[in-house]
Amino acid sequence: MKIGFYPGCSLTGSSREYSESLIALAEAVGIELQEIPDWNCCGATAAHNMDHELALALPARILASAEAAGLEEVVVPCAACYSRLFVTQHELNEDEKLKKRVSEIIERELKGTSKIINVLELLQRIPEEKWKSAITHPFTHSVACYYGCLLVRPHKILKFDRPEDPQSMDQLMRKIGANPVEWPFKIECCGAGFSVSRTETVSRLSGKIIEDAVDRGAKAIIVACPMCHSNLDMRRGNIEEYVDKKLDIPVMYITQAVGMAMGIPREKLGLHRHKVPVKLPVEKPKAVAQAR
Amino acid sequence: MSSNHHGCECQTLSCRIEQETGVKITDCYQCGKCSAGCPLAIEMDYPPSQLLRMLQIGTPALEEKVLKSMTIWLCLTCETCIARCPQEVDLPKVMDFLRHESLKRGFENPKAKDIIKFHKAFLDSIQMTGRLWEMGLVVDYKVRSVPKHMMQDVHLTPWMVSKGKLHIVPEQVKDTDQMGRIFSKTLKKKKEEPR
Repeated sequence: MKIGFYPGCSLTGSSREYSESLIALAEAVGIELQEIPDWNCCGATAAHNMDHELALALPARILASAEAAGLEEVVVPCAACYSRLFVTQHELNEDEKLKKRVSEIIERELKGTSKIINVLELLQRIPEEKWKSAITHPFTHSVACYYGCLLVRPHKILKFDRPEDPQSMDQLMRKIGANPVEWPFKIECCGAGFSVSRTETVSRLSGKIIEDAVDRGAKAIIVACPMCHSNLDMRRGNIEEYVDKKLDIPVMYITQAVGMAMGIPREKLGLHRHKVPVKLPVEKPKAVAQAR
Repeated sequence: MSSNHHGCECQTLSCRIEQETGVKITDCYQCGKCSAGCPLAIEMDYPPSQLLRMLQIGTPALEEKVLKSMTIWLCLTCETCIARCPQEVDLPKVMDFLRHESLKRGFENPKAKDIIKFHKAFLDSIQMTGRLWEMGLVVDYKVRSVPKHMMQDVHLTPWMVSKGKLHIVPEQVKDTDQMGRIFSKTLKKKKEEPR
């Protein structure tokens, strides 16, 4: 199975462990990822806040590059990039005149035929037998599955999972032996792009998310978005100061948790790159063999 | 400018929003679900539903208040409002329109200065290299927002470098000139934004 891969800027820098763990995991389950040639930034929050056509042009250039490389499907691990690419293609396919105008701006043809998927959809494609054979070190912890905003919204366009109380990540975590807790903060906002320009807002919003995950007995928060991760993990110092409490719960990418359960070495999953250390053990393979 | 289906050609924000984005401000019946679910409402000068009411009334004084509000810059586009709106009023789309209009008229709320500076520093980084250079962005933003944020996060930088999370040199697309042309045909089209 070969699939286009749009890393986006965070995955080459502040969230490189997301990319590392995704690549290691894909390799382990036989999914071939091919990076979109000469990709650019999707424009994120800044572009759509400042100019409508720029906000369409940047994702359009990425999609045009994918099309030119013959990549029919593209996996976009960053939830914010996923949203920008998906919503842009939708908007341009609804308006041929605008699509033509954007094609002129980016100086290349855009058909608008890419199938854009997020990381949860990619993991859902792993065949059942593979899950059974590859999970050698079950990850038997209570976890809080945190979807954030942009994996499930706007639902009318993305049509992924349920907009309130989504389940896809919970189901994936059960496959590796984890116990997803019931909690009401799955789709609450972490403060997103205000990390630098309005850090206190991030501390307030992310603080509530982390505190509730701890109260529900979760031992890790599982995410599928680099922005959510950096707010919940890298901003932990600011958050602890804001809520005036020590909060030790680690934040892991879903690809890291699944990778651990598949026995992929911690180094390859980038687990050493977190602010809040991930100390959770996995079950020894021997115990699993006996259990089966 | 073309008229909307009501045949209204007036230049109120409400009519222009309908003409340019297709969102009907008049659809809002003030149930308040958007304001109840908005994670930023508590920090806003007008909660989202009130902003819509102000646009519905549409006097020039109220429209100016909308464009000068902090609300439009605090909206994080989390999309919770549209997910729950019984009338499917696409508020995130309206917020984008209002931000662009506020910039065009030079009505940006002074308290939103840091947020806008951050957006500009972000886009400048992309215009130059095609990809975001996180280290450059943070340094650029800090220089622009002197002295308030100068020292914030300074302790994070060596930690990020030690964890391999920051590029010392930026990555870039092959044709950076083309990137520049995309910007000159869009964001920088009308006038150079004053820094």
